[in-house]
Amino acid sequence: MAQTDTTGDRIFRSILLVASSIIVVIVVAMIGEMVLNSMPTIRQYGIGFLFGRDWVPSQNQFGALPFIYGTVVSSVLALIISVPISLGIAIFLVEQSPKHIATPIGFLVELLAAIPSVVYGLWGIFVLAPFVRDHLGAYLEAYLGWLPLFQGRLTGIGMLTGGIILALMITPIITSVVRDVLQAVPNTQREAALALGATKWETTRIVLGNASSGIAGAIVLGLGRALGETMAVTMVIGNSPQISASLFEPAYTIASVLAANFADATEELYLSALIEMGLVLFLVTFIVNALAKLLVMRVTRGTASAKHV
Amino acid sequence: MSERVLQLHKRRNLISSVMTTLTAACAVIAIALLVLILSYIAIRGFSSFNLQFLIDTPKPVGEGGGIGNAILGSLLMTGLACLIGLPIGIASGVYLAEFGDKWFGKTVRFLADTLIGIPSIIVGIFVYTLVVMPMGRQSGLAGGIALAIIMIPIVARTTEEMIRLIPNSMREGALALGAPQWRVTWNIVLPAASTGIATGAMLAIARISGETAPLLFTALNSRFYNYYYDQPMASLTVQIFNYATGPFDVEHNMAWAATLVLVGLILAINIGVRFLTRKKF
Repeated sequence: MAQTDTTGDRIFRSILLVASSIIVVIVVAMIGEMVLNSMPTIRQYGIGFLFGRDWVPSQNQFGALPFIYGTVVSSVLALIISVPISLGIAIFLVEQSPKHIATPIGFLVELLAAIPSVVYGLWGIFVLAPFVRDHLGAYLEAYLGWLPLFQGRLTGIGMLTGGIILALMITPIITSVVRDVLQAVPNTQREAALALGATKWETTRIVLGNASSGIAGAIVLGLGRALGETMAVTMVIGNSPQISASLFEPAYTIASVLAANFADATEELYLSALIEMGLVLFLVTFIVNALAKLLVMRVTRGTASAKHV
Repeated sequence: MSERVLQLHKRRNLISSVMTTLTAACAVIAIALLVLILSYIAIRGFSSFNLQFLIDTPKPVGEGGGIGNAILGSLLMTGLACLIGLPIGIASGVYLAEFGDKWFGKTVRFLADTLIGIPSIIVGIFVYTLVVMPMGRQSGLAGGIALAIIMIPIVARTTEEMIRLIPNSMREGALALGAPQWRVTWNIVLPAASTGIATGAMLAIARISGETAPLLFTALNSRFYNYYYDQPMASLTVQIFNYATGPFDVEHNMAWAATLVLVGLILAINIGVRFLTRKKF
Protein backbone atom coordinates (compact mmCIF):
# COMPACT_ATOMS: atom_id res chain seq x y z
CA MET A 1 0.00 0.00 0.00
CA ALA A 2 1.19 3.48 -0.79
CA GLN A 3 2.35 5.42 2.23
CA THR A 4 1.87 9.10 2.88
CA ASP A 5 4.49 10.92 4.89
CA THR A 6 3.10 13.93 6.75
CA THR A 7 4.33 15.11 10.15
CA GLY A 8 1.35 13.37 11.70
CA ASP A 9 2.37 10.16 9.98
CA ARG A 10 5.87 10.38 11.33
CA ILE A 11 4.68 10.95 14.90
CA PHE A 12 2.09 8.19 14.66
CA ARG A 13 4.56 5.74 13.21
CA SER A 14 7.16 6.54 15.86
CA ILE A 15 4.66 5.86 18.64
CA LEU A 16 3.80 2.50 17.13
CA LEU A 17 7.47 1.73 16.58
CA VAL A 18 8.29 2.49 20.23
CA ALA A 19 5.44 0.23 21.39
CA SER A 20 6.58 -2.70 19.30
CA SER A 21 10.20 -2.12 20.30
CA ILE A 22 9.09 -2.77 23.87
CA ILE A 23 8.42 -6.39 22.91
CA VAL A 24 11.97 -6.69 21.62
CA VAL A 25 13.33 -5.01 24.75
CA ILE A 26 11.39 -7.39 27.01
CA VAL A 27 12.79 -10.50 25.34
CA VAL A 28 16.35 -9.18 25.23
CA ALA A 29 16.19 -7.95 28.83
CA MET A 30 14.71 -11.27 29.92
CA ILE A 31 17.61 -13.25 28.48
CA GLY A 32 20.13 -10.70 29.77
CA GLU A 33 18.76 -10.62 33.32
CA MET A 34 18.65 -14.39 33.56
CA VAL A 35 22.17 -14.90 32.22
CA LEU A 36 23.48 -12.19 34.52
CA ASN A 37 21.75 -13.55 37.60
CA SER A 38 22.78 -17.13 36.97
CA MET A 39 26.48 -16.25 36.60
CA PRO A 40 27.39 -17.48 40.13
CA THR A 41 26.33 -21.05 39.42
CA ILE A 42 27.54 -20.94 35.83
CA ARG A 43 31.01 -19.94 37.14
CA GLN A 44 30.97 -22.48 39.94
CA TYR A 45 29.62 -25.53 38.13
CA GLY A 46 29.88 -24.82 34.42
CA ILE A 47 28.09 -27.36 32.24
CA GLY A 48 28.29 -29.90 35.07
CA PHE A 49 25.31 -28.14 36.68
CA LEU A 50 23.04 -29.86 34.18
CA PHE A 51 24.35 -33.31 35.07
CA GLY A 52 24.63 -32.99 38.83
CA ARG A 53 22.35 -35.46 40.61
CA ASP A 54 22.44 -33.95 44.08
CA TRP A 55 20.20 -31.11 45.14
CA VAL A 56 20.83 -30.13 48.77
CA PRO A 57 20.39 -26.36 49.07
CA SER A 58 21.26 -26.37 52.78
CA GLN A 59 24.73 -27.72 51.91
CA ASN A 60 25.09 -25.59 48.81
CA GLN A 61 24.92 -28.56 46.46
CA PHE A 62 23.11 -27.81 43.26
CA GLY A 63 22.60 -30.31 40.46
CA ALA A 64 19.80 -29.90 37.93
CA LEU A 65 19.54 -33.44 36.62
CA PRO A 66 16.58 -34.64 38.77
CA PHE A 67 14.57 -31.64 37.59
CA ILE A 68 15.51 -32.06 33.95
CA TYR A 69 14.61 -35.74 34.24
CA GLY A 70 11.26 -34.97 35.88
CA THR A 71 10.42 -32.32 33.31
CA VAL A 72 11.24 -34.53 30.33
CA VAL A 73 9.58 -37.69 31.64
CA SER A 74 6.37 -35.97 32.76
CA SER A 75 6.11 -34.17 29.41
CA VAL A 76 6.73 -37.31 27.37
CA LEU A 77 4.18 -39.17 29.47
CA ALA A 78 1.70 -36.36 28.81
CA LEU A 79 2.34 -36.61 25.06
CA ILE A 80 1.88 -40.40 25.05
CA ILE A 81 -1.54 -39.97 26.64
CA SER A 82 -2.60 -36.81 24.89
CA VAL A 83 -1.50 -37.24 21.28
CA PRO A 84 -3.84 -40.11 20.29
CA ILE A 85 -6.82 -38.40 21.95
CA SER A 86 -6.03 -34.99 20.49
CA LEU A 87 -5.58 -36.43 17.01
CA GLY A 88 -8.84 -38.34 17.41
CA ILE A 89 -10.75 -35.22 18.42
CA ALA A 90 -9.27 -33.11 15.62
CA ILE A 91 -9.93 -35.80 12.99
CA PHE A 92 -13.47 -36.18 14.26
CA LEU A 93 -14.10 -32.44 14.15
CA VAL A 94 -12.62 -31.79 10.70
CA GLU A 95 -13.06 -35.01 8.75
CA GLN A 96 -15.86 -37.01 10.29
CA SER A 97 -18.55 -34.98 11.97
CA PRO A 98 -21.08 -32.64 10.36
CA LYS A 99 -20.29 -28.97 10.83
CA HIS A 100 -23.21 -28.18 13.14
CA ILE A 101 -21.84 -30.71 15.62
CA ALA A 102 -18.19 -29.80 15.11
CA THR A 103 -18.58 -26.13 16.07
CA PRO A 104 -20.03 -26.58 19.57
CA ILE A 105 -17.81 -29.58 20.35
CA GLY A 106 -14.75 -27.67 19.20
CA PHE A 107 -15.72 -24.79 21.46
CA LEU A 108 -16.16 -27.07 24.47
CA VAL A 109 -12.75 -28.63 23.88
CA GLU A 110 -11.24 -25.15 23.66
CA LEU A 111 -12.84 -24.29 27.01
CA LEU A 112 -10.55 -26.91 28.55
CA ALA A 113 -7.69 -24.57 27.65
CA ALA A 114 -9.39 -21.64 29.38
CA ILE A 115 -9.39 -23.33 32.79
CA PRO A 116 -6.44 -21.97 34.80
CA SER A 117 -3.53 -24.19 35.72
CA VAL A 118 -4.09 -23.77 39.47
CA VAL A 119 -7.62 -25.09 39.06
CA TYR A 120 -6.32 -28.21 37.31
CA GLY A 121 -3.97 -28.55 40.25
CA LEU A 122 -6.80 -28.32 42.76
CA TRP A 123 -8.81 -30.87 40.83
CA GLY A 124 -5.70 -33.02 40.52
CA ILE A 125 -5.09 -33.08 44.28
CA PHE A 126 -8.64 -33.89 45.32
CA VAL A 127 -10.08 -35.91 42.43
CA LEU A 128 -7.39 -37.26 40.14
CA ALA A 129 -4.80 -38.25 42.77
CA PRO A 130 -7.25 -40.37 44.82
CA PHE A 131 -8.47 -41.93 41.56
CA VAL A 132 -4.92 -42.80 40.54
CA ARG A 133 -4.19 -44.20 44.00
CA ASP A 134 -7.33 -46.30 44.40
CA HIS A 135 -8.17 -47.33 40.87
CA LEU A 136 -5.80 -46.61 37.98
CA GLY A 137 -2.55 -47.15 39.89
CA ALA A 138 -3.84 -50.22 41.67
CA TYR A 139 -4.94 -51.65 38.35
CA LEU A 140 -1.59 -50.93 36.70
CA GLU A 141 0.22 -52.45 39.67
CA ALA A 142 -1.89 -55.58 39.51
CA TYR A 143 -1.52 -56.21 35.79
CA LEU A 144 1.73 -54.51 34.83
CA GLY A 145 3.47 -54.58 38.19
CA TRP A 146 6.33 -56.63 36.75
CA LEU A 147 7.49 -53.49 34.94
CA PRO A 148 9.74 -51.22 37.04
CA LEU A 149 7.50 -48.36 35.84
CA PHE A 150 4.64 -49.52 38.00
CA GLN A 151 6.38 -50.52 41.20
CA GLY A 152 6.94 -48.63 44.39
CA ARG A 153 4.80 -46.78 46.86
CA LEU A 154 1.49 -45.70 45.40
CA THR A 155 0.24 -42.50 47.04
CA GLY A 156 -1.51 -40.91 44.08
CA ILE A 157 0.89 -38.00 44.21
CA GLY A 158 3.71 -38.55 41.74
CA MET A 159 4.91 -38.70 38.17
CA LEU A 160 1.90 -40.59 36.81
CA THR A 161 -0.64 -38.10 38.15
CA GLY A 162 1.55 -35.24 36.94
CA GLY A 163 1.69 -36.72 33.46
CA ILE A 164 -2.08 -37.25 33.32
CA ILE A 165 -2.90 -33.72 34.43
CA LEU A 166 -0.42 -32.37 31.86
CA ALA A 167 -2.02 -34.52 29.18
CA LEU A 168 -5.39 -33.05 30.03
CA MET A 169 -4.00 -29.52 29.79
CA ILE A 170 -2.21 -29.89 26.46
CA THR A 171 -4.99 -31.82 24.72
CA PRO A 172 -7.00 -28.70 23.75
CA ILE A 173 -3.83 -27.03 22.42
CA ILE A 174 -2.72 -29.95 20.26
CA THR A 175 -6.31 -30.50 19.10
CA SER A 176 -6.72 -26.90 18.09
CA VAL A 177 -3.49 -26.76 16.04
CA VAL A 178 -4.17 -30.11 14.35
CA ARG A 179 -7.63 -28.79 13.47
CA ASP A 180 -6.11 -25.74 11.80
CA VAL A 181 -3.61 -27.92 9.98
CA LEU A 182 -6.26 -30.35 8.71
CA GLN A 183 -8.48 -27.50 7.61
CA ALA A 184 -5.57 -26.11 5.61
CA VAL A 185 -5.37 -29.27 3.48
CA PRO A 186 -7.16 -28.45 0.20
CA ASN A 187 -10.57 -30.05 -0.25
CA THR A 188 -9.61 -31.23 -3.74
CA GLN A 189 -7.54 -33.97 -2.10
CA ARG A 190 -10.55 -35.28 -0.23
CA GLU A 191 -12.74 -35.06 -3.32
CA ALA A 192 -10.17 -36.90 -5.43
CA ALA A 193 -9.87 -39.72 -2.91
CA LEU A 194 -13.65 -40.04 -2.50
CA ALA A 195 -14.13 -40.00 -6.27
CA LEU A 196 -11.76 -42.96 -6.57
CA GLY A 197 -14.00 -44.88 -4.20
CA ALA A 198 -12.04 -44.45 -0.98
CA THR A 199 -13.99 -44.76 2.25
CA LYS A 200 -14.16 -41.90 4.72
CA TRP A 201 -11.28 -43.30 6.79
CA GLU A 202 -9.12 -43.97 3.73
CA THR A 203 -9.66 -40.37 2.67
CA THR A 204 -8.73 -39.19 6.16
CA ARG A 205 -5.49 -41.17 6.00
CA ILE A 206 -4.52 -39.40 2.80
CA VAL A 207 -5.29 -36.02 4.39
CA LEU A 208 -3.27 -36.99 7.47
CA GLY A 209 -0.33 -37.95 5.30
CA ASN A 210 -0.31 -34.57 3.62
CA ALA A 211 -0.67 -32.73 6.90
CA SER A 212 1.96 -34.81 8.69
CA SER A 213 4.56 -32.10 9.24
CA GLY A 214 1.90 -29.78 10.64
CA ILE A 215 0.70 -32.53 12.95
CA ALA A 216 4.28 -33.04 14.10
CA GLY A 217 4.40 -29.31 14.74
CA ALA A 218 1.25 -29.48 16.85
CA ILE A 219 2.77 -32.27 18.93
CA VAL A 220 6.00 -30.34 19.40
CA LEU A 221 3.97 -27.30 20.46
CA GLY A 222 2.16 -29.47 23.00
CA LEU A 223 5.56 -30.62 24.24
CA GLY A 224 6.61 -26.99 24.68
CA ARG A 225 3.54 -26.28 26.78
CA ALA A 226 4.01 -29.41 28.87
CA LEU A 227 7.66 -28.60 29.60
CA GLY A 228 6.78 -25.20 31.03
CA GLU A 229 3.50 -25.98 32.76
CA THR A 230 3.90 -25.01 36.38
CA MET A 231 1.10 -24.83 38.92
CA ALA A 232 -0.87 -27.99 38.24
CA VAL A 233 2.29 -30.08 38.11
CA THR A 234 3.68 -28.52 41.27
CA MET A 235 0.51 -29.47 43.09
CA VAL A 236 0.39 -33.15 42.09
CA ILE A 237 3.89 -34.37 41.24
CA GLY A 238 5.12 -34.63 44.81
CA ASN A 239 8.09 -32.23 44.58
CA SER A 240 10.92 -34.56 45.47
CA PRO A 241 14.24 -34.24 43.60
CA GLN A 242 14.84 -37.88 42.80
CA ILE A 243 15.37 -39.93 39.69
CA SER A 244 13.23 -43.04 39.90
CA ALA A 245 12.13 -45.45 37.20
CA SER A 246 8.74 -45.76 38.88
CA LEU A 247 5.91 -43.56 37.70
CA PHE A 248 4.29 -43.93 41.12
CA GLU A 249 7.13 -42.15 42.88
CA PRO A 250 7.14 -38.40 43.42
CA ALA A 251 9.30 -36.29 41.12
CA TYR A 252 10.13 -32.65 40.50
CA THR A 253 10.15 -30.48 37.38
CA ILE A 254 12.12 -27.34 36.61
CA ALA A 255 9.00 -25.20 36.60
CA SER A 256 7.73 -26.65 39.85
CA VAL A 257 11.02 -26.24 41.72
CA LEU A 258 10.95 -22.60 40.69
CA ALA A 259 7.37 -22.20 41.89
CA ALA A 260 7.97 -23.98 45.16
CA ASN A 261 11.32 -22.53 46.21
CA PHE A 262 11.96 -19.22 44.52
CA ALA A 263 10.37 -17.11 47.22
CA ASP A 264 12.49 -18.75 49.93
CA ALA A 265 15.81 -18.65 48.10
CA THR A 266 17.73 -15.91 49.85
CA GLU A 267 21.31 -17.18 49.40
CA GLU A 268 23.00 -15.94 46.27
CA LEU A 269 24.09 -19.35 45.00
CA TYR A 270 20.67 -20.91 45.64
CA LEU A 271 18.89 -18.11 43.81
CA SER A 272 21.40 -18.31 41.00
CA ALA A 273 20.88 -22.06 40.66
CA LEU A 274 17.12 -21.55 40.37
CA ILE A 275 17.52 -18.76 37.83
CA GLU A 276 19.91 -20.86 35.76
CA MET A 277 17.28 -23.60 35.63
CA GLY A 278 14.80 -20.96 34.53
CA LEU A 279 17.23 -19.98 31.80
CA VAL A 280 17.52 -23.60 30.66
CA LEU A 281 13.73 -23.90 30.58
CA PHE A 282 13.48 -20.64 28.64
CA LEU A 283 16.00 -21.74 26.01
CA VAL A 284 14.46 -25.19 25.61
CA THR A 285 10.89 -23.88 25.21
CA PHE A 286 12.20 -21.19 22.87
CA ILE A 287 13.77 -23.80 20.56
CA VAL A 288 10.81 -26.18 20.83
CA ASN A 289 8.31 -23.43 19.99
CA ALA A 290 10.36 -22.17 17.06
CA LEU A 291 10.55 -25.71 15.70
CA ALA A 292 6.79 -26.17 16.14
CA LYS A 293 6.13 -22.93 14.31
CA LEU A 294 8.29 -23.95 11.36
CA LEU A 295 6.59 -27.34 11.11
CA VAL A 296 3.06 -25.94 11.31
CA MET A 297 3.84 -23.21 8.77
CA ARG A 298 4.88 -25.80 6.22
CA VAL A 299 1.25 -26.90 6.02
CA THR A 300 -0.78 -23.81 6.84
CA ARG A 301 1.30 -21.20 5.01
CA GLY A 302 -1.02 -18.35 4.19
CA THR A 303 -4.24 -20.07 5.23
CA ALA A 304 -4.67 -20.46 8.96
CA SER A 305 -4.09 -17.88 11.64
CA ALA A 306 -1.01 -17.87 13.81
CA LYS A 307 -2.96 -17.65 17.02
CA HIS A 308 -1.44 -20.67 18.72
CA VAL A 309 2.16 -20.55 17.69
CA MET B 1 -19.40 -58.62 -8.06
CA SER B 2 -17.53 -61.63 -6.86
CA GLU B 3 -17.74 -62.78 -3.27
CA ARG B 4 -14.18 -61.63 -2.46
CA VAL B 5 -14.65 -58.09 -3.68
CA LEU B 6 -17.88 -57.78 -1.73
CA GLN B 7 -16.16 -58.95 1.43
CA LEU B 8 -13.28 -56.54 0.94
CA HIS B 9 -15.80 -53.77 0.42
CA LYS B 10 -17.58 -54.70 3.63
CA ARG B 11 -14.31 -54.79 5.54
CA ARG B 12 -13.23 -51.36 4.31
CA ASN B 13 -16.56 -49.86 5.29
CA LEU B 14 -16.38 -51.55 8.66
CA ILE B 15 -12.92 -50.13 9.33
CA SER B 16 -14.15 -46.71 8.33
CA SER B 17 -17.10 -46.82 10.73
CA VAL B 18 -14.93 -48.16 13.53
CA MET B 19 -12.52 -45.26 13.07
CA THR B 20 -15.37 -42.75 13.05
CA THR B 21 -16.61 -44.21 16.30
CA LEU B 22 -13.15 -44.14 17.84
CA THR B 23 -12.53 -40.50 16.93
CA ALA B 24 -15.98 -39.59 18.22
CA ALA B 25 -15.09 -41.42 21.44
CA CYS B 26 -12.03 -39.16 21.83
CA ALA B 27 -14.25 -36.09 21.60
CA VAL B 28 -16.66 -37.62 24.11
CA ILE B 29 -13.80 -38.29 26.54
CA ALA B 30 -12.59 -34.68 26.37
CA ILE B 31 -16.06 -33.26 26.89
CA ALA B 32 -16.81 -35.72 29.66
CA LEU B 33 -13.67 -34.54 31.46
CA LEU B 34 -14.67 -30.91 31.00
CA VAL B 35 -18.12 -31.64 32.43
CA LEU B 36 -16.58 -33.66 35.26
CA ILE B 37 -14.20 -30.84 36.23
CA LEU B 38 -16.79 -28.09 35.97
CA SER B 39 -19.48 -29.99 37.84
CA TYR B 40 -17.03 -30.85 40.59
CA ILE B 41 -16.12 -27.18 40.93
CA ALA B 42 -19.80 -26.24 40.99
CA ILE B 43 -20.78 -28.84 43.60
CA ARG B 44 -17.82 -28.36 45.93
CA GLY B 45 -17.75 -24.61 45.36
CA PHE B 46 -21.41 -23.85 46.02
CA SER B 47 -21.49 -25.96 49.17
CA SER B 48 -19.07 -23.62 50.94
CA PHE B 49 -19.91 -20.42 49.16
CA ASN B 50 -21.64 -17.45 50.77
CA LEU B 51 -21.58 -13.69 50.44
CA GLN B 52 -19.51 -13.14 53.58
CA PHE B 53 -16.84 -15.31 51.98
CA LEU B 54 -16.50 -12.76 49.17
CA ILE B 55 -15.80 -9.95 51.64
CA ASP B 56 -13.78 -11.50 54.46
CA THR B 57 -10.01 -11.74 54.66
CA PRO B 58 -8.18 -14.99 55.44
CA LYS B 59 -8.41 -15.88 59.13
CA PRO B 60 -6.79 -18.52 61.32
CA VAL B 61 -8.22 -21.95 60.59
CA GLY B 62 -11.58 -22.51 62.23
CA GLU B 63 -12.64 -18.87 62.30
CA GLY B 64 -14.04 -18.69 58.79
CA GLY B 65 -12.33 -16.31 56.49
CA GLY B 66 -12.71 -15.33 52.88
CA ILE B 67 -11.24 -14.00 49.71
CA GLY B 68 -12.23 -10.32 49.79
CA ASN B 69 -8.65 -9.06 49.79
CA ALA B 70 -7.67 -11.61 47.15
CA ILE B 71 -10.43 -10.42 44.83
CA LEU B 72 -9.36 -6.82 45.36
CA GLY B 73 -5.71 -7.71 44.74
CA SER B 74 -6.55 -9.56 41.54
CA LEU B 75 -8.62 -6.61 40.34
CA LEU B 76 -5.88 -4.10 41.15
CA MET B 77 -3.14 -6.12 39.47
CA THR B 78 -5.24 -7.04 36.44
CA GLY B 79 -6.19 -3.37 36.16
CA LEU B 80 -2.56 -2.29 36.26
CA ALA B 81 -1.68 -4.98 33.72
CA CYS B 82 -4.40 -3.64 31.38
CA LEU B 83 -3.22 -0.07 31.88
CA ILE B 84 0.32 -1.03 30.81
CA GLY B 85 -0.41 -3.94 28.52
CA LEU B 86 -3.38 -2.84 26.43
CA PRO B 87 -1.89 0.39 24.94
CA ILE B 88 1.46 -1.27 24.23
CA GLY B 89 -0.15 -4.43 22.92
CA ILE B 90 -2.66 -2.69 20.69
CA ALA B 91 -0.09 -0.23 19.35
CA SER B 92 2.31 -3.08 18.57
CA GLY B 93 -0.51 -4.94 16.85
CA VAL B 94 -1.31 -1.92 14.71
CA TYR B 95 2.36 -1.59 13.81
CA LEU B 96 2.61 -5.27 12.87
CA ALA B 97 -0.52 -5.12 10.72
CA GLU B 98 0.15 -1.82 8.95
CA PHE B 99 3.96 -1.60 8.76
CA GLY B 100 5.11 -5.03 9.88
CA ASP B 101 6.21 -6.62 6.60
CA LYS B 102 9.84 -5.56 6.79
CA TRP B 103 12.61 -7.17 8.82
CA PHE B 104 11.82 -5.30 12.04
CA GLY B 105 8.16 -6.26 11.92
CA LYS B 106 9.08 -9.87 11.27
CA THR B 107 11.45 -9.81 14.23
CA VAL B 108 8.81 -8.32 16.52
CA ARG B 109 6.26 -10.88 15.36
CA PHE B 110 8.66 -13.74 15.99
CA LEU B 111 9.60 -12.42 19.44
CA ALA B 112 5.95 -11.84 20.35
CA ASP B 113 5.19 -15.46 19.44
CA THR B 114 8.20 -16.52 21.50
CA LEU B 115 6.91 -14.57 24.49
CA ILE B 116 3.47 -16.18 24.15
CA GLY B 117 5.09 -19.60 24.17
CA ILE B 118 7.46 -19.30 27.11
CA PRO B 119 6.31 -20.55 30.52
CA SER B 120 4.74 -17.81 32.60
CA ILE B 121 6.93 -18.68 35.57
CA ILE B 122 9.89 -17.36 33.56
CA VAL B 123 8.14 -14.00 33.41
CA GLY B 124 7.91 -14.21 37.19
CA ILE B 125 11.68 -14.71 37.48
CA PHE B 126 12.34 -11.84 35.08
CA VAL B 127 10.14 -9.43 37.01
CA TYR B 128 11.67 -10.65 40.26
CA THR B 129 15.15 -9.69 39.10
CA LEU B 130 13.92 -6.50 37.43
CA VAL B 131 11.48 -5.08 39.99
CA VAL B 132 11.48 -7.06 43.23
CA MET B 133 15.26 -7.18 43.82
CA PRO B 134 15.81 -3.41 43.34
CA MET B 135 12.72 -2.57 45.42
CA GLY B 136 13.75 -4.98 48.13
CA ARG B 137 10.28 -6.47 48.50
CA GLN B 138 7.43 -8.09 46.65
CA SER B 139 4.67 -5.78 45.54
CA GLY B 140 1.43 -5.41 43.64
CA LEU B 141 3.41 -3.33 41.17
CA ALA B 142 5.67 -6.27 40.35
CA GLY B 143 2.65 -8.56 40.00
CA GLY B 144 0.91 -6.12 37.67
CA ILE B 145 4.01 -5.76 35.52
CA ALA B 146 4.40 -9.54 35.28
CA LEU B 147 0.79 -9.86 34.12
CA ALA B 148 1.28 -7.00 31.64
CA ILE B 149 4.28 -8.77 30.10
CA ILE B 150 2.15 -11.87 29.60
CA MET B 151 -0.64 -9.79 28.13
CA ILE B 152 1.29 -7.62 25.66
CA PRO B 153 2.23 -10.26 23.05
CA ILE B 154 -1.24 -11.85 23.15
CA VAL B 155 -2.98 -8.53 22.61
CA ALA B 156 -0.46 -7.55 19.92
CA ARG B 157 -1.03 -10.70 17.88
CA THR B 158 -4.83 -10.70 18.14
CA THR B 159 -4.96 -6.99 17.32
CA GLU B 160 -2.77 -7.60 14.27
CA GLU B 161 -5.04 -10.38 13.06
CA MET B 162 -8.18 -8.31 13.55
CA ILE B 163 -6.72 -5.35 11.67
CA ARG B 164 -5.61 -7.56 8.83
CA LEU B 165 -9.24 -8.58 8.37
CA ILE B 166 -10.15 -5.01 7.41
CA PRO B 167 -10.33 -4.91 3.60
CA ASN B 168 -7.73 -2.76 1.85
CA SER B 169 -10.44 -1.03 -0.15
CA MET B 170 -11.40 0.89 3.01
CA ARG B 171 -7.86 2.18 3.40
CA GLU B 172 -7.60 3.02 -0.28
CA GLY B 173 -10.91 4.87 -0.19
CA ALA B 174 -9.76 7.09 2.65
CA LEU B 175 -6.32 7.64 1.12
CA ALA B 176 -7.94 8.59 -2.19
CA LEU B 177 -9.94 11.25 -0.38
CA GLY B 178 -6.63 12.78 0.70
CA ALA B 179 -6.40 11.51 4.28
CA PRO B 180 -2.86 11.00 5.57
CA GLN B 181 -2.05 7.47 6.59
CA TRP B 182 -2.27 8.02 10.33
CA ARG B 183 -5.80 9.38 9.87
CA VAL B 184 -6.70 6.32 7.85
CA THR B 185 -5.45 4.01 10.59
CA TRP B 186 -6.85 6.06 13.49
CA ASN B 187 -10.24 7.05 12.10
CA ILE B 188 -11.06 4.26 9.65
CA VAL B 189 -9.18 1.06 10.37
CA LEU B 190 -9.16 1.08 14.18
CA PRO B 191 -12.90 1.80 14.60
CA ALA B 192 -13.69 -0.90 12.06
CA ALA B 193 -11.55 -3.42 13.91
CA SER B 194 -12.57 -2.28 17.40
CA THR B 195 -14.91 -5.19 18.18
CA GLY B 196 -12.24 -7.68 17.25
CA ILE B 197 -9.59 -5.86 19.25
CA ALA B 198 -11.89 -5.71 22.28
CA THR B 199 -12.50 -9.44 21.91
CA GLY B 200 -8.77 -10.12 21.94
CA ALA B 201 -8.34 -7.85 24.96
CA MET B 202 -11.12 -9.63 26.87
CA LEU B 203 -9.57 -13.03 26.16
CA ALA B 204 -6.19 -11.74 27.30
CA ILE B 205 -7.79 -10.49 30.53
CA ALA B 206 -9.39 -13.89 31.04
CA ARG B 207 -6.00 -15.48 30.51
CA ILE B 208 -4.09 -13.30 32.99
CA SER B 209 -6.77 -13.52 35.65
CA GLY B 210 -6.05 -17.23 35.81
CA GLU B 211 -2.28 -16.84 36.06
CA THR B 212 -0.67 -17.99 39.29
CA ALA B 213 2.96 -18.80 38.61
CA PRO B 214 4.14 -15.26 37.73
CA LEU B 215 2.52 -13.86 40.89
CA LEU B 216 3.96 -16.33 43.39
CA PHE B 217 7.16 -14.42 44.05
CA THR B 218 6.38 -11.03 42.50
CA ALA B 219 3.17 -10.06 44.30
CA LEU B 220 3.57 -12.77 46.95
CA ASN B 221 0.46 -12.66 49.14
CA SER B 222 -1.15 -10.65 51.89
CA ARG B 223 -3.66 -11.44 54.58
CA PHE B 224 -5.20 -8.00 54.58
CA TYR B 225 -6.99 -5.58 52.32
CA ASN B 226 -4.17 -3.76 50.58
CA TYR B 227 -4.74 -0.76 48.34
CA TYR B 228 -1.08 0.12 47.78
CA TYR B 229 0.93 -1.06 44.83
CA ASP B 230 4.24 -0.92 46.70
CA GLN B 231 3.13 -3.62 49.16
CA PRO B 232 2.76 -7.39 48.71
CA MET B 233 -0.68 -8.11 47.33
CA ALA B 234 -3.01 -11.10 47.54
CA SER B 235 -4.58 -12.57 44.44
CA LEU B 236 -7.39 -15.03 43.84
CA THR B 237 -5.13 -17.57 42.16
CA VAL B 238 -2.33 -17.54 44.73
CA GLN B 239 -4.98 -17.74 47.45
CA ILE B 240 -6.47 -20.82 45.78
CA PHE B 241 -3.01 -22.37 45.63
CA ASN B 242 -2.39 -21.70 49.32
CA TYR B 243 -5.78 -22.99 50.41
CA ALA B 244 -5.47 -26.06 48.17
CA THR B 245 -2.06 -27.04 49.51
CA GLY B 246 -2.96 -26.30 53.12
CA PRO B 247 -3.45 -29.18 55.56
CA PHE B 248 -7.05 -28.51 56.67
CA ASP B 249 -10.39 -29.43 55.14
CA VAL B 250 -11.76 -25.97 55.88
CA GLU B 251 -9.05 -24.53 53.66
CA HIS B 252 -9.81 -27.00 50.89
CA ASN B 253 -13.46 -26.00 50.98
CA MET B 254 -12.46 -22.35 50.64
CA ALA B 255 -10.18 -23.29 47.72
CA TRP B 256 -13.16 -24.80 45.92
CA ALA B 257 -15.36 -21.80 46.64
CA ALA B 258 -12.67 -19.39 45.40
CA THR B 259 -12.19 -21.56 42.31
CA LEU B 260 -15.90 -21.30 41.63
CA VAL B 261 -15.58 -17.51 41.56
CA LEU B 262 -12.46 -17.58 39.34
CA VAL B 263 -13.66 -20.18 36.85
CA GLY B 264 -17.12 -18.60 36.73
CA LEU B 265 -15.53 -15.29 35.74
CA ILE B 266 -13.22 -16.82 33.14
CA LEU B 267 -15.92 -18.96 31.56
CA ALA B 268 -18.29 -16.00 31.50
CA ILE B 269 -15.71 -14.00 29.53
CA ASN B 270 -14.98 -16.86 27.13
CA ILE B 271 -18.60 -17.75 26.50
CA GLY B 272 -19.64 -14.08 26.31
CA VAL B 273 -16.98 -13.32 23.73
CA ARG B 274 -17.96 -16.40 21.76
CA PHE B 275 -21.60 -15.37 21.83
CA LEU B 276 -20.93 -11.78 20.79
CA THR B 277 -18.64 -12.68 17.91
CA ARG B 278 -20.53 -15.72 16.74
CA LYS B 279 -21.58 -14.33 13.41
CA LYS B 280 -18.48 -12.36 12.59
CA PHE B 281 -15.56 -14.75 12.70
